[in-house]
Amino acid sequence: MSETTVAISEREQFIATKGRRKNSLKCDADSIAGCVSQRACVYCGARVVLNPVTDAIHLVHGPVGCASYTWDIRGSLSSGSELYRNSFCTDLREQDIIFGGEKKLAKTIDELVAKHPAKLMFVYSTCIVGVIGDDLAAVCKAAALRNNLEVIPVESSGFIGNKSAGYRAACEALLKLIAPVDRAQAAASRTINYLGDFNLAGEAWIIRDYLAQMGVQINTVFTGDSTSATLKGAANASLNIVQCAGSMNYLAAQLQELYGIPYMQVSFLGIEDTAKSLRSIAAAMGGGAIRAKAEVLIRRETDRVLPYINKFREKFIGKKAAVYVGGGFKAISLIKQFREIGIEVVMIGTQTGRREEYDTIHELVAEGTVILDDANPAELERFMTSQGAHLLVGGVKERPLAYKLGLAFIDHNHDRKHPLSGYDGAVNFAQEVYSTLCSPVWKYTAGKGGG
Amino acid sequence: MENPCHMCMPMGGILALKGIEKSMVIVHGSQGCSTYMRRHIAEHFNEPVDVGSSSLNEKGTVYGGAANLRTALDNIRRVYQPKLVGVVTTCLAETIGEDVARIVKEYRQDNGIDMPIVAASTPGYGGSHNEGYWLTVRRIVETLATTTERHNKVNVIIPSMSPADIRELKRFLAAMGLDYTLCPDISDTMDQPYLPVYSKVPAGGTPVADLCRMSGAPATIELGVTIDGGVSPGKYLEDTFGVPLYRVPIPIGIENTDAFMAALESISGKKRPAAIELERGRLLDAMIDSHKYNFAGRAAIFGDPELVYAVTQACLENGIRPIVVTGDKNGNLSRLLPDNEMTSETIVLSDPDFNLVQERAGTGAANIAIGHSDGRFLTERDGIPLVRLGFPIHDRVGGQRLLSVGYTGTALFLDRITNTLLEDKYRDYRKNMFNKYFQQPKNERQRKGVAAL
Ligand code: SF4
Repeated sequence: MSETTVAISEREQFIATKGRRKNSLKCDADSIAGCVSQRACVYCGARVVLNPVTDAIHLVHGPVGCASYTWDIRGSLSSGSELYRNSFCTDLREQDIIFGGEKKLAKTIDELVAKHPAKLMFVYSTCIVGVIGDDLAAVCKAAALRNNLEVIPVESSGFIGNKSAGYRAACEALLKLIAPVDRAQAAASRTINYLGDFNLAGEAWIIRDYLAQMGVQINTVFTGDSTSATLKGAANASLNIVQCAGSMNYLAAQLQELYGIPYMQVSFLGIEDTAKSLRSIAAAMGGGAIRAKAEVLIRRETDRVLPYINKFREKFIGKKAAVYVGGGFKAISLIKQFREIGIEVVMIGTQTGRREEYDTIHELVAEGTVILDDANPAELERFMTSQGAHLLVGGVKERPLAYKLGLAFIDHNHDRKHPLSGYDGAVNFAQEVYSTLCSPVWKYTAGKGGG
Repeated sequence: MENPCHMCMPMGGILALKGIEKSMVIVHGSQGCSTYMRRHIAEHFNEPVDVGSSSLNEKGTVYGGAANLRTALDNIRRVYQPKLVGVVTTCLAETIGEDVARIVKEYRQDNGIDMPIVAASTPGYGGSHNEGYWLTVRRIVETLATTTERHNKVNVIIPSMSPADIRELKRFLAAMGLDYTLCPDISDTMDQPYLPVYSKVPAGGTPVADLCRMSGAPATIELGVTIDGGVSPGKYLEDTFGVPLYRVPIPIGIENTDAFMAALESISGKKRPAAIELERGRLLDAMIDSHKYNFAGRAAIFGDPELVYAVTQACLENGIRPIVVTGDKNGNLSRLLPDNEMTSETIVLSDPDFNLVQERAGTGAANIAIGHSDGRFLTERDGIPLVRLGFPIHDRVGGQRLLSVGYTGTALFLDRITNTLLEDKYRDYRKNMFNKYFQQPKNERQRKGVAAL
């Protein structure tokens, strides 16, 4: 019997243990029916990426449930319009399913535009829209002409894939929005786009400030605290930096192909990755004065936060973490960030990690670490327990499981209300680990959480 | 629709099925539906909610989802060993015309299993989570109840309520010496204690054997006055098995609790114990203590119609004016509310969205909102404080622990309302009175005037 035998044999291919089995982890496949996957759908992926566009009307073409479950549940902040925090939907009913929803969609768009002046609207398709075959593109195009605003269809029918397909749909929608420019001019602009930051608890603002201190201006963020105007001008940047690779690599690649904008991967999770990223941005933006300023910033901030981190580190000796997050890139950053605070990751999994990411994870983790793709609660329970984890990083659905097992828990999803990016974020992260791992409550439980 | 007031049908189905002992639910449709619903439920109850999905993909959508559903049933049985499985459908499954009842029947035959499988047709576009809830409870009863000998367990049909509320009902039933079958009963399954050993399927819920025997009960008490006979589980038991039916509101407020107690007295043939009489007296005392403050209350009340009805009644008997209440599509709620001076300003919205609630709350000068978390916009945008009640409460902890039924629960609920009104009053009264009445000394006003020039 292998180390990772689970109740459902098809699932075994999705689980690996470093050092004990060859790294042959299966990923990027459909969830197996009845496995209680933690994954969301295509619409969810698209909505996560686009929702932070603050001055857009986000219209869900579908039934009420889809709109209800996604109404303002994210922690993305705006410095201007609050329009994005509403939940608009066409509220499809039985009759619409039978006769088609195109008329209702057109009418809803007209009504919304009349009431909420906006320059941009995203129209998301949900499961049934794909089945009943509404011509989303045509309705949007006509509505745009009629109402004189941009109406961009987002092809995000729930069943056509998983969250990654939704990311892709969102990127396609954004590409439609970006206005073409003269390439030569763009390269001369010396500004950058920041891709894959959704400004949760002001994270994009933190990074914007760092770059400003280095003398680098951000052109636009995809999509944290962005507006239709800033996104439209995205092609004017000379460099794209990508934080959330899962959602934005595709857009970055397209922007390179279409407008010749080079891109690079960055991460602002943890002090090590933050410093590394700032240095590579400085180098890419021409070095010299920028690099010098980056060094000043890195030194100052590291000196400021290191004492806190070290203080926390002392409290975490001997602790082990389990990680279950959406994307592979975040998982990689978390392994490093946990190391910074002296904690080893003993179980790590993602909902939608890609092959290259799992390879990197495999290299990074210690022998014996369990790696899993598209895990379910039964597996999470089993491996957190067998691996002796004291702490889980995950989202809302995973939290009660951890608590019921008597384990500490860290939120690392779109709902959180505190920033985890940059130097402040690194302290927040350590502080949050401390606040859960070292809570007196574990004294009264089986003792796993506190150890 | 702008900012929905409710969720979709299968969500209600999950909530109902979570109240059956050792049950599991499969949401037949694409993966996202079940994940979003699990997220909402987990946030409200802070409990793990393992719900399967048939994970329909493009192929399943084109060629039919029977194979996916069968695999889902296999896997759920393997991992969780449930005593009952509920299958609720989604928009997608219904649109492609899945005949779940048939698939389930064949599945049971082919596998030779006698574990009950309850199929409920709950297309997301077919109605709200409230409608999905009642329909699923009705299906549970229809699927399981079979002719049995008479016994003494009273049926109590439970609408969507907090676990703490359900526990309070049990206390009353026990105090009256009644044995009972609560259907469904999430009081333990969705509010598990911390235990040294974790169990994948939480303990508690209505035993399947009890559900089968609901047909032989001496009576049914249904906490559902807003639903139509066609979805009323109690009506079904009455029509099919001749079980006498008492329909009473959720016992929030003194009159509603009296009605519930009266039903218990009539069924048990006993008078309520003195201790409960004392609780009633304490509630009255609490109502007197706060009646003047409450009289200033002008409430926007929203959520599941059954809860909205009970809360509106409780408000009315405490002098709080309902300004806007959300009703149901069948219009029963508006028919049930009294028509008098207290309700002269009340607007009942059937099939509403929050935008409408917000508008009405504004024009009616509401100063308190009572309902689930999605009403937080009323606070954020219009400064109307929200007393959280119902489902979902996803921006505060303790939704599952809110006690609002019975005499004691009503007193606690009233305190939450009164204190919110007081907090509002105290916060602004210095500023308000100053702005309204304070006249600046003349010379100072002149000086200011000069400076302003
Ligand atoms: S409305 Fe339909 S598609 Fe949306 S979550 Fe509900 S069942 Fe699923």
